[in-house]
Amino acid sequence: MKVLVGIKRVVDFNIRVRAKTDGSGADIASVKMSINPFDENAVEEAVRLKEAGVATEIVVVTTGAANAQDVLRHALALGADRAILVDTAEPLNSLATAKVLREIVKREAPQLILMGKQAIDDDAAEIGQMLAAFLNIGQGTFASSLKVNDGKITVVREIDGGQETVELNLPAVVTADLRLNEPRYLKLPNLMMAKKKPLETIALADLDVAATSKVTTINVAEPAARAPGKKLNNVQELIDVLRTHAKVV
Amino acid sequence: MSILIIAELVIAELVTEEKSIKAATRSAITAAKAIGAEIDVLVIGEDVNAVAQQATNIQGVTRVLVADNSVYAKPLAENFAPLVHSIAKNYSHIIVAATSFGKNLLPRVAALLDVDMVSEVTRIIDASTYVRPLYAGGLNATVQNNEIIKLLTIRPTAFDATQDANQAAPIATIAAVTDDKHLSRFVSEHIRHNERPQLSTARVVISGGRSLGSAEKFQEVLTPLANKLNAAIGATRAAVDAGFAPNDSQVGQTGTVVAPDIYIAIGVSGAAQHIAGIKDSRMIVAINHDPDAPIFQWADYGLVADLFETTAAITAAL
Ligand SMILES: Cc1cc2nc3c(=O)[nH]c(=O)nc-3n(C[C@H](O)[C@H](O)[C@H](O)COP(=O)(O)OP(=O)(O)OC[C@H]3O[C@@H](n4cnc5c(N)ncnc54)[C@H](O)[C@@H]3O)c2cc1C
Repeated sequence: MKVLVGIKRVVDFNIRVRAKTDGSGADIASVKMSINPFDENAVEEAVRLKEAGVATEIVVVTTGAANAQDVLRHALALGADRAILVDTAEPLNSLATAKVLREIVKREAPQLILMGKQAIDDDAAEIGQMLAAFLNIGQGTFASSLKVNDGKITVVREIDGGQETVELNLPAVVTADLRLNEPRYLKLPNLMMAKKKPLETIALADLDVAATSKVTTINVAEPAARAPGKKLNNVQELIDVLRTHAKVV
Repeated sequence: MSILIIAELVIAELVTEEKSIKAATRSAITAAKAIGAEIDVLVIGEDVNAVAQQATNIQGVTRVLVADNSVYAKPLAENFAPLVHSIAKNYSHIIVAATSFGKNLLPRVAALLDVDMVSEVTRIIDASTYVRPLYAGGLNATVQNNEIIKLLTIRPTAFDATQDANQAAPIATIAAVTDDKHLSRFVSEHIRHNERPQLSTARVVISGGRSLGSAEKFQEVLTPLANKLNAAIGATRAAVDAGFAPNDSQVGQTGTVVAPDIYIAIGVSGAAQHIAGIKDSRMIVAINHDPDAPIFQWADYGLVADLFETTAAITAAL
């Protein structure tokens, strides 16, 4: 079974991002970038499926400029076999990204498509569902566990108030929750090996997908700061605060 | 202009399995009112006539559409999306709350309509301009949506729930449209039903972190205080990952977003991903023994102290 994993290069989760002074976007010019954490879970799951003999080949794909190669190498070092960079200078919205992935799915014909449930930059959580709709296949979003069995996949989904289990026909799209697994540490020799693995670049234009979107960002700003708080001196003061504000009499 | 709200149903009464409209759907109706147009509420499910009746009473609802069919017994996006798609062209906006239900469903509808959408809207500026958070709430983006049909998920904590009024909007039945390829099948669900207020709607939320040390301590320390304050119990991701609290109690960027009147953070460091889920709380109270813990930058009231002693003392005093 071939597995395709969609990944994204995002600002590292430890970085506090500021707005550009002109409000035109987030200022990410010189900050540390990493693979989106949820996408790392998706890659890890694919590698585990391969180790278990369920997956035969893992292809990772991202969109972006040449510098997005670093997250593809990261995924290759984790254990993916091949990488595809869909080269675009323009950042893509969800719909365009889902269309890019649709085109890659047409070329690669994977049985399972994995990706993170959301990217930690825009927190949109849209692409997996859009891709599943474009391909008219099932979707297992927010997955905390999965099991492939006889042309089907069983997915445990994290939902409000609990979990839901669904069974999907393959091919299917599954989006990873952080609880899906604990990604392995990268070892240096694996990073070296990853440099030798194939990485193909495809121009966005060759996929016939437009980068434009009718949803545009007109301003990005930092939210108003919370008013400074008060440090209490002892437990009694805390009790008084809670008596005044929290006690439901 | 005309707005379609997709209603989310919850089991209101366990024994009878009586359903009701989720509070988050009422928040979506409030967001729709900020746009200002006729509001249709779509109720999808099996045996949903009573709950559709309830929806007719919500203030400002123009019409209630009902798709009642056994295939809709469980909210599979593969079944719900084609139905929403089948009536979408009648609307300028389609709105659903950004719950796990709404987030699973609406992007699938967006692709069927070939439109981009806007997720987790926290403010409506006008019919096509909205504010939504980026970077775990570290930034706010103002976005313009020029699609012919505008699809939004709205963050329920950012909009009050619309209450009932003395009104009864007309009900119309619509034909079922479903996934004829049977792409997905519901297997089972585990929903926690407890006596405690729901995390997403509680007036008071008490959250514990990894520092509670064990599942037993987590319960032992937090539950008595939560009982006294009629509070919901939340947790950090670190506490959930350590197995101290169930997954759905996680508060933050990747868990539930809460905005209670009072949020009490007990042994929580205040990582950006946790703050993302609490910063719209009306009041934040923090107990942490590290004076430099980032949570204090967000707390209206902070006490530098041992959490075990402090929580025991306040529980005894209240
Ligand atoms: C992609 C991503 C998404 C994430 N999403 C979320 C999310 O949704 N929600 C979330 O919560 N986290 C999330 N995290 C994790 C987050 O970054 C932090 O790791 C986590 O919130 C820390 O939890 P904690 O405060 O329990 O633990 P720690 O950071 O270990 O803090 C423990 C705190 O307890 C205090 N303490 C210890 N003992 C005592 C004592 N006896 N008395 C008083 N205080 C004491 C310490 O001073 C410390 O401040 C996410 C991380 C990533 C990478």
